[in-house]
Amino acid sequence: MENPYIPYPVRIDDIEIATEDKSLKTFKFVFLNKEDEEKFSYQAGQFAELSIPGIGEIPIGIASSPVEKGFVKFTVFRTGVVTSHLHNMKIGDIMGIRGPLGNWYPWDKLENKNVVIIGGGFAFTTLRSSIIYMLDPANRNKFKNIDVVYGARSPGMLLYREELYEWEKRSDINMHITVDSTDDPNWKYHTGFVPQIVEQNAPKADKDTYAIICGPPIMIKFTQPSLTQLGYKEDQIIMSLENKMKCGIGMCGRCNIGKELVCKDGPVFTLEQINQTPKEY
Amino acid sequence: MKFITIDKKDWANGIGKSRKTYKLFGPVKDKNGFLIKSLEKDIMPEMDYPDSVMSAKSIIFPQTEKMLCTTLDESQEEHHIMKRVEMDNSPRAILGIRPYDAKAIQIVNLNFDTDDFRDPYWCDALNATTLIGLGINKPGPFDFSTSTGTGPFCEEGLDILMADLDDKYLAKILTDKGKAFMDVCEFEIKADEKESQALFDILRKEAEKNIKSHIDTDKLSEKTILELHDAPFWDDVAFSCINCGTCTFVCPTCWCFDIQDETKQKSSIRFRNWDTCMSSLFTRHATGHNPRATKTQRVRQRFMHKLKYFFDKYDQGIMCVGCGRCVKSCPVNIDIREVCNIMNTYKKQD
Repeated sequence: MENPYIPYPVRIDDIEIATEDKSLKTFKFVFLNKEDEEKFSYQAGQFAELSIPGIGEIPIGIASSPVEKGFVKFTVFRTGVVTSHLHNMKIGDIMGIRGPLGNWYPWDKLENKNVVIIGGGFAFTTLRSSIIYMLDPANRNKFKNIDVVYGARSPGMLLYREELYEWEKRSDINMHITVDSTDDPNWKYHTGFVPQIVEQNAPKADKDTYAIICGPPIMIKFTQPSLTQLGYKEDQIIMSLENKMKCGIGMCGRCNIGKELVCKDGPVFTLEQINQTPKEY
Repeated sequence: MKFITIDKKDWANGIGKSRKTYKLFGPVKDKNGFLIKSLEKDIMPEMDYPDSVMSAKSIIFPQTEKMLCTTLDESQEEHHIMKRVEMDNSPRAILGIRPYDAKAIQIVNLNFDTDDFRDPYWCDALNATTLIGLGINKPGPFDFSTSTGTGPFCEEGLDILMADLDDKYLAKILTDKGKAFMDVCEFEIKADEKESQALFDILRKEAEKNIKSHIDTDKLSEKTILELHDAPFWDDVAFSCINCGTCTFVCPTCWCFDIQDETKQKSSIRFRNWDTCMSSLFTRHATGHNPRATKTQRVRQRFMHKLKYFFDKYDQGIMCVGCGRCVKSCPVNIDIREVCNIMNTYKKQD
């Protein structure tokens, strides 16, 4: 019997400070056993449990993309016991990864559709995974227009800045980068909160357009009305939720919203599904 | 061979023989009442126990259970690589388990043994366990098991169901596991099948007649999750609750757990503990955000899980076997029977 609690052993291959306040770091992991990498075959939108022996585990969205091979990446905000410990670990350290866990963005359903990606703050990790996946030459023609609205408090708080600015230059993706405010006179992009930028820049809804939202609860709460105003229906709004988790495999019982378990039935739900469950997230 | 008669004079001897093959568990008196515990050496189960404070759940799903281990000593091979902790999964038998507690194990099994993932700790332990039930001739005042799809002589989940006939037990063998246990005990006096079944039926009817408390669940499916979740009665239901969590620990169907790491010098263990949805820590994010921050939300979660979410998810009745332990143990007299009836009869006002 496969033991779903045993993590795959990994080595920290690289650590990058992701934001100017150093509260986020991106960790690149390499599997100690090559065959584990194959077993860890994932889709954009899934998460995994980062597992530090002696400390504990945390569920984190996978930031690398299925089209990137040889490693997996996670961007982690320092906030609790495990994340604080992880932030103090160094390249070469051995730890574990358990997964991939949960469902993913509905890539089959999104084929031949326009996709609007909306992210805020550090909830841009699985969205990065998704964008890299969609922009991959093997996949780009599966999708029609791609729009991305991504906002953070300040320019230095945007994740994956270099990639964002690269995407900004491309013609096959429409980037709408924004910050809450900045004193940088040379700031070339938007200033304003995500819901407002969505309202002004996101494409209007039609039957072939889907929006994927990922962000802090407050951003999600305020972005929904903007999308509704643009005409998006409940089943065209796809969201990724977070809840406290332990097992990640639907057994320990704490991450439920109604009868759905965020770890196993989610984390990706349509607004239509979420509107039928208690909003306990 | 389906029914076996066991003279009570032979009981201890037969049980003694089984110890060579099985690790035995059964009801023993503890300072706070009866518990289902390991029957070391010559300890015999007190089969005529009135009721156990805790169910037999812990024999398969221990309150604390080691899962994984590793060394943090970097000079060692395979440091920081977690491996499963060796477990004793040799055959074990639970003697005198209540039929509703066996049914509860079946309910918990739905959570741990799924198409997507199998919890190896639960599955291995359950696989190693033989459940020898004893029908309840005189159900207690808190027992409402007949209205939860089980009952004092329910066979579901059991390997053997025994009936206490004063000077002897009549045992109905239900599975191969049950037969194997009887063989090891060398209990082999066959009883007439027809007569024995008739006797079981009489005992069952008598016992069921003595159950005076009932709940109705027939209208739970008519209401949506949101209707019940947003109903106005939850503050009243939760008013007296002190979130002690006793209800969840004594419950034979509660399966929620927490996972923690502990390190002693360089050796590290990952283990799990029973957890409770009554605790605010159960759902509190590391950021401090808590989707079930108030006690009303947590009390609602417990009842909604048992009486609605489980019901809707599995279509196998409610997640309650009517043992009445939570009713009996609750320090502020919150009664799942009342809450169930409130939920069942609730009609949304337009």
